[in-house]
Amino acid sequence: MSLNRTALYQKHRDLNAKMTDFNGWEMPLYYTSILEEHQNVREHLGVFDTSHMGQFVVEGNDAQSFLNRLMVSDVTQVPVGRACYTLMLNERGGIIDDLIIYRLGETVFMVVVNCGTRAGDLEWMQQHVQGDVSVKDISQGRSLLAVQGPNADRVLEQLLDTKVSGLGRFEVAPIRTMGSMSCIARTGYTGGDGFELFVPDKDAMKLWDMILNTADISGAAPTGLGARDTLRLEAGLRLYGSDMDQDTTPYEAGLGWTVAIQKEAEFIGKSVLVKQKEQGVKRKLVGLQLDRGPVPRHGCALLKDDRTIGTITSGTFSPALKRPVGMGYVETEYATPGTVLSVEVRNQKHAVEVVKLPFWKLNTAKLETKTL
Amino acid sequence: MKIPEDLLYTKSHEWAKRDGQKIQVGITQHAQEELRDVVFVELPEIGKTVKAGEPVAVVESVKAAFDIYAPVSGTVSAVNEGLTTTPQLINDDCYTTGWMYTLEFSDEAELGNLLSPAAYAEQLKSGAA
Repeated sequence: MSLNRTALYQKHRDLNAKMTDFNGWEMPLYYTSILEEHQNVREHLGVFDTSHMGQFVVEGNDAQSFLNRLMVSDVTQVPVGRACYTLMLNERGGIIDDLIIYRLGETVFMVVVNCGTRAGDLEWMQQHVQGDVSVKDISQGRSLLAVQGPNADRVLEQLLDTKVSGLGRFEVAPIRTMGSMSCIARTGYTGGDGFELFVPDKDAMKLWDMILNTADISGAAPTGLGARDTLRLEAGLRLYGSDMDQDTTPYEAGLGWTVAIQKEAEFIGKSVLVKQKEQGVKRKLVGLQLDRGPVPRHGCALLKDDRTIGTITSGTFSPALKRPVGMGYVETEYATPGTVLSVEVRNQKHAVEVVKLPFWKLNTAKLETKTL
Repeated sequence: MKIPEDLLYTKSHEWAKRDGQKIQVGITQHAQEELRDVVFVELPEIGKTVKAGEPVAVVESVKAAFDIYAPVSGTVSAVNEGLTTTPQLINDDCYTTGWMYTLEFSDEAELGNLLSPAAYAEQLKSGAA
């Protein structure tokens, strides 16, 4: 089966990117080095092609109540121009996907979903349509650029005829100078400051070049999925398919903060969550850190006194901490920060400590006083 | 692509430098570039006996772990301890400071199975992995 390609595919090839198969998409893994690209996002500016992600539009007089029934968050509390990170659950309380909904109008929402779950999400959502609401996948012909790093607002403010600096975290605004449904949001998957641009392909091609052409002053550099993974892991952000799936609940995944259990609307999966909230969970996702040694990878066993009590779901080398880090599920009694466990890598045990997530946090005080 | 003339090579991208009854072993420029960001190296224990083609060490990049194979059979007689604290020596200079271990070979004839610099260059050119 041939791989899907984004509109920017040829640009990645021209930049000599190392390409990888990501859920059926031929995407750039890195252009120069994962560690260099990671550092550049933390210090300057990285541009990611994340057009493999799905863009849906949910529209109609009943759009709000529809989303409120499918998502764990209280969508009535999301005003026009705001975005909300949320989860869509199955009847067992398991996570079908983690996604961001952007409220573009009273009755219009853009919903951005993971590429591996895109088809299933659309089917699930369309199956649950009630009343005046339509769900459309508008991804075809559209791109998504993530422009992330401390220089993002300054560069985009210059390039776009749109108020960028005034945009708060998780706010979204239309880009009027570009094609249909073009918008910019102060969201991202790096834990740092940054924006995501949802635009037609031809605008994305232009923007890609325009942003990279500011490299001399902004440090803008193309950044691949490799750095995207190390950045999100340091920021403690879960990856769907690795850190959570249809058999994990929000409370197990440490995403209880997204759940508006008190909201008026009955939502799919609620009864399981109510019970779990009462009784507690048997396992929890935790942050894990090694002093030194190998990188804990997805699937590595976690042990306490030679008994397997959990599994690694994501791991990498953290450039910020300069040591191997990971996330994984452990039996709840071992989830307290400070607990020392063993991780088994290639039949050898290595000491690993349970730590609070995230591993790296944006210094917001620094962000606010930054001189432009 | 740098392929020093005084070394022998394997199809799996290790190099071997003969010094008397021993060889020093590392990975080639091609392998180093493919791995890119090396963040951890697992070295064998001194005294470990290995057969040609067996995994003897592990190099981990940010994305994945890769086995490093013994070019010939023998006994590990030294390892590059510098890689324990500074694994990126492999990226910095894979042919000198980034060497991995030394092997006292048990059968000199096996050296004849290794690739010459020209043969290794040819393999890279034809894209055979």
